[in-house]
Amino acid sequence: MLSYAFKRLLQAIPTLLIVITLAFFLMRVAPGGPFDGERALPPDIEANLMAAYHLDEPLPQQYLRYLGDLLQGDFGPSFKYKDFSVTDLIQQGFPVSLEIGGLAILLALALGLPLGVIAALKRNSAVDYAVMGTALAGIAIPNFVVAPLLALVFGVILSWLPAGGWNGGALPNLVLPVLALSIQQIAYIARIMRASMIEVLGSHYIRTARAKGLSERLVVWRHAIRPALLPVVSYLGPAIAGIITGSVVIEQIFGIPGIGRYFVQGALNRDYTLVMGTVVFYGALIVLLNLIVDLLYSALDPQIRYDD
Amino acid sequence: MSQPLLEVDELCVDFALPQGTVPAVKRISYRIEAGETLALVGESGSGKSVSSTAAMGLLPDLARTRGAIRFEGEDLLAAAPKRLRRLRGNDIAMIFQEPMTSLNPLHRIGRQIAEVLERHRGLRGRAARPRVQELLEQVGIPEPARRIDSYPHELSGGQRQRVMIAMALACEPKLLIADEPTTALDVTVQAQILALLKDLQRRYGMAILFITHDLGIVRHFADRVCVMRQGELVESGETAALFAAPQHDYTRMLIDAEPRGRKTAVAEDAPLLLEARDLRVSFALKKRLFRPNAYFEAVRGIDLSIRRGQTVGIVGESGSGKSTLGRALLRLLDSRGDIRFDDAALDGLDASAMRPLRSRMQVVFQDPFGSLSPRMTVGEIVGEGLRVHAPELGHRERDIRVQEALRDVALDPAMRHRYPHEFSGGQRQRIAIARALVLKPEFLLLDEPTSALDRSVQATVIELLRDLQRRHGLTYLFISHDLAVVRALADTVLVMKQGEIVERGDTETLFQAPREAYTRELMRAAFLDDDAA
Repeated sequence: MLSYAFKRLLQAIPTLLIVITLAFFLMRVAPGGPFDGERALPPDIEANLMAAYHLDEPLPQQYLRYLGDLLQGDFGPSFKYKDFSVTDLIQQGFPVSLEIGGLAILLALALGLPLGVIAALKRNSAVDYAVMGTALAGIAIPNFVVAPLLALVFGVILSWLPAGGWNGGALPNLVLPVLALSIQQIAYIARIMRASMIEVLGSHYIRTARAKGLSERLVVWRHAIRPALLPVVSYLGPAIAGIITGSVVIEQIFGIPGIGRYFVQGALNRDYTLVMGTVVFYGALIVLLNLIVDLLYSALDPQIRYDD
Repeated sequence: MSQPLLEVDELCVDFALPQGTVPAVKRISYRIEAGETLALVGESGSGKSVSSTAAMGLLPDLARTRGAIRFEGEDLLAAAPKRLRRLRGNDIAMIFQEPMTSLNPLHRIGRQIAEVLERHRGLRGRAARPRVQELLEQVGIPEPARRIDSYPHELSGGQRQRVMIAMALACEPKLLIADEPTTALDVTVQAQILALLKDLQRRYGMAILFITHDLGIVRHFADRVCVMRQGELVESGETAALFAAPQHDYTRMLIDAEPRGRKTAVAEDAPLLLEARDLRVSFALKKRLFRPNAYFEAVRGIDLSIRRGQTVGIVGESGSGKSTLGRALLRLLDSRGDIRFDDAALDGLDASAMRPLRSRMQVVFQDPFGSLSPRMTVGEIVGEGLRVHAPELGHRERDIRVQEALRDVALDPAMRHRYPHEFSGGQRQRIAIARALVLKPEFLLLDEPTSALDRSVQATVIELLRDLQRRHGLTYLFISHDLAVVRALADTVLVMKQGEIVERGDTETLFQAPREAYTRELMRAAFLDDDAA
């Protein structure tokens, strides 16, 4: 299994290289630059700045220089947040993003799985239709619509919770962003769990379990839920990616100082190194989490063993 | 008369489907005494599994029952679910047709057996282990102490069925319901499982309700036989009497449905059509990063020659490489060694070079349900090959050829506008044959074409293949694990084992005087009824 993990990490290198290359050149194709402002800088100062950050070099050379720095673990300085390196900013922002992202995925599982199981057990009943109908709405409405709506209703009209801000991660400040981030995933997970549960309940080994004289409760808990979880586990990879990309929007809307907000502001400011840093960091994170999900899969299903 | 163990009394089961009520079982009655074996025989759709499923209380929700099923005098249809759960796995146990999927893939087999003991005997955890090990030993699992911790996927189909039997026997049930327990297994494994069931029955004194579509197995296994057709019980009686003097036409038809007829050999000097020298096929088991890949050789250096008009049968157990050989001969798989078809060398030809030859060598597969595209009409399916191989044909000419091919396989050409799901298994196999025939091939690879069909349907397909061969001068390579079918169709037989041919010869000689031990074992298992004990 170790050699499998090693191989997967090796395979991640070309993936990340493609991500880096695309991000690097797309960023440079976008009009404007990091030192453009309301008031144009005197040409000699701008030239000095460009030289200091090696922006005067030909693009391929800058690209190779960036790759070289990256290999040494150096994400470079931020162009806009003076005195901060990109690494500093990621170190500041990541714990915050991790907290709301992690909570969102936990909430998605904690609500999505039971809803899916209940809908499957009460198939074609009013309960099933209600759960699945709500789930469909949850999938259809994008989080950049859900988030302001939540803020408006619970933050402004009802004034139950703060409509934005971080406040050092106080619980009331967490509720709305985590909810906004997880609604879509709750819906997806409930639907996947329902479908896979229905399939498992119709399988031959469930018939065997019933033929043994087990109670329905045991049949469901012991024999149906674990195999039904497998498709959900394989969905966790995309789910995590969805939460990460979703957090970019949500952090901006609720004013949360996570990586997502740096990313959006970096992109608006043409802060090349900051955008590149967050892209590389999130890219690596998604690859790593996907690997963990796959290893988790083999822990759940004995038929999948990663040797060699 | 004493009380029977199980009594099915005027049982009716209807399925309330959205499109109306469909009767599955119509007023059937039978009884099983303690310790005896009753066989319930019928073809697919005859309702033979419905009464036992009802006895277990495992019918789907949309089933409506009338009548009674009494187990030791207690009506099971009226029993509370809780009471039924006490009986299931304890007094009445069941084994199923699908050993590959009937065990939970995520639990160790020991735990799955122990679960029955936990439920009905209150044995928990380690306390159940000695008994589980004993059960595994009784059903003939080698190294039970180690196997107890295996997962189902680490066992073969036969071993999984043994585990199912161990699970069923755990609480020493009074009645064992065996629903097609050997259908998915190789003939040799089938013979072993039947012997095991007989032996365990003697030891535990349990009654067996044996449900099967195969009348042949029943002859030496059951005390009494009930024959079912379309939800009705058409005949029942002592096994020997029923076989000796079947009363009902349907029973007679089932007994007669055993494949009959022989193929006469072609002349010695008939021209060669297909020839292979030292044919080898290997599959990469795993691809390795820094070391050479590991290979499994499925076909290991086979020589073979097929003359025009010949039918060569290939027999062997699953995994013997017979299908791989067939596919390699048609270049549907990569292989090493020479292949010649009518003097053209096939080995080394790529897909586009093979294409003109494809119309001359066609193939019919086992699964008539999976092999036909569900989104195409029968006419489109049959005519598709013509679009590739005879693009010059216009729509009308193509349609005429399709109709001809359908008539050839005794299907009404008017059916060509329908879709595959509207046809029965036997009809679908005819469609698959028509699809091959429309190209007017010289050579036909038949890969288990009758294995998924009921015996009576099988007989008609065999008749059809024989007739087509006569009319069109076809040459067949017939792959089957069913020796009776091969005996009826082939004039030459090759016996395969582990990728090699262990014996070959003309059909009658080989069947009457097999030389190799393996061939003899295969025969003994296949013709349970011929070496009458």
